[in-house]
Amino acid sequence: MKNRWTLYDPRLAWMLIAPVLLLLIFFLVLPIAVMAVYTFFTFVTAGVETSALTAANWHEFLTDSYYHGFLLKTLRVGAMTALLCGVLGYFPAYFIWATSFKHKWLLLLLLIVPFWISFTIRTFSWINILGEQGVINVALIKMGIISEPLPMLYTEGAVIMGLLHFLLPYMILNVYVSLESIDRTLISAARSMGCTSAQAFREVTLPLSLPGLAAGLLLCFVLAAGSYVTPQLLGSGRDALFGNLIYDTIMSELNWPMGATLSIVLFVVLGFFAAIYTRYMGMSQIVKGLGG
Amino acid sequence: MTGIGRMKASRPNKEGKWAWRLTGFVTLCVYIFMFAPIAATVILSFNASMFGGFPMTGFSLQWYGKLMANEAVLAAFRTSLWIALVTAVATTAIGVVTSFALVRFDFPGKQMLSTLVILPALVPETILGVGLLVLIKAVDQPRTLLLLVLGHILLAVPYVVLITQARMVGIRRVYEEAALSLGASRFSSFREITLPLLIPAVVAGALLAFTISFDNTSASLFWRPAGVETMPTQILSMLKISISPEINALGTVMILVTVGIPLIGGLIMQSLTRLKRRGEPKEEAR
Repeated sequence: MKNRWTLYDPRLAWMLIAPVLLLLIFFLVLPIAVMAVYTFFTFVTAGVETSALTAANWHEFLTDSYYHGFLLKTLRVGAMTALLCGVLGYFPAYFIWATSFKHKWLLLLLLIVPFWISFTIRTFSWINILGEQGVINVALIKMGIISEPLPMLYTEGAVIMGLLHFLLPYMILNVYVSLESIDRTLISAARSMGCTSAQAFREVTLPLSLPGLAAGLLLCFVLAAGSYVTPQLLGSGRDALFGNLIYDTIMSELNWPMGATLSIVLFVVLGFFAAIYTRYMGMSQIVKGLGG
Repeated sequence: MTGIGRMKASRPNKEGKWAWRLTGFVTLCVYIFMFAPIAATVILSFNASMFGGFPMTGFSLQWYGKLMANEAVLAAFRTSLWIALVTAVATTAIGVVTSFALVRFDFPGKQMLSTLVILPALVPETILGVGLLVLIKAVDQPRTLLLLVLGHILLAVPYVVLITQARMVGIRRVYEEAALSLGASRFSSFREITLPLLIPAVVAGALLAFTISFDNTSASLFWRPAGVETMPTQILSMLKISISPEINALGTVMILVTVGIPLIGGLIMQSLTRLKRRGEPKEEAR
């Protein structure tokens, strides 16, 4: 029966990819498409909407500065987190790459371990550091430097700290992967031609590692701007981000059309940044950084 | 050829030395930053104090005892364990056949599929969460456990595909073709040749899928059926009440489980490959 099939028959390929294709269609493509349609539905009351088409949701989003403020704050926090990740993440990546330390694999393993630890636990563990009874406040009070605990938790700083903690391994691994692909003889060549180590770094290593840095920046930005749990646990109500706004709109207000609108807005805005990135860098670096 | 890896070795200068020290210092700080909160949580879980915070007032295991008696936590743990196991098995199966198709075959839309398949890792979970909810609301379906599992598979599939694909590229197709030309069926050539060579990536992918599912928070908040708590959502709802030492104990147990399983898995893999003397590169670090 199979005799008429060629060795790498496309029909067999379709059978192999059928499960993943169905999954992607029904759980990724179709939901986003339906969500886009839902943005034009009419909100009646909590949990109830009709399919009468209206532009009211979009009108509300585009004219209400409440939403604009949220969006801008989310982009600002995302950008700050990504930049801090880039600056703080480059050093360890470079160190792991350049070190002659025998147990380099241990340094890499320690970067992977956080991925195994529950994100929720890693996030709430910051309460034990920054909280009123956290390490820093208790230590400072014991030493007599302060008499009242510093309000560090439930601030935007705490949210960014939590996001950094969550995203730094992504950044370090991305930069590291990119450094690893550099031909080390290039650096030796630069040095033998009279470059100082700083010049060799600036002229050779840094430019060649930029793709990894860019991929890390995009990944950190997108994941930070889309976060929900971190602001929920470490921020006050004022530090809520767009993800929290979406969650509250749907789960508390039960305003599904508006929730869908906000989701599509976030999707389009983040997709815009990702599109700019892929326009110049392509997808391959992101793929490498994610574990490929 | 010893000097290639050590750029400073060829021409040491003061500037380079300081830059290197600064790099080492920042690296150390980053590692401390990464692990200090986790260490604090583990230490505090043994605190005798009533309040989940410093200072330590004495060593006690009472919070672990309380945890073991907490029915809600145990139920959530079992739920998460089952979901993660099913997710790991299903995602690995789907991921392996997908990678096989992507690496070995040529078909129209291949490029698009390989982009589409990593999207779930890039689209924020909030959006994926809302999207699926809107879809099932539109077709008037309830939230079920099956839906939650399928959602978790979606979230884990990019990673499994990337890992298995990277390994599949390194397995030369002539091995399979040799088996085929000797009369093996398609399936048995895959089972006897491809799969054994792929095992490190399969194990690494399954472990990763397990932890992704076991840890998933944001999307699960949207997708879980009414009344069902997974481990992370249970922790979130406990945190809404107060930071009790019980949560620190719970966190410590979770860390032991989710760090222990991959580590042990990696060690087993390593000793297995050493037994077989195949000399494969270490793969457990994925």
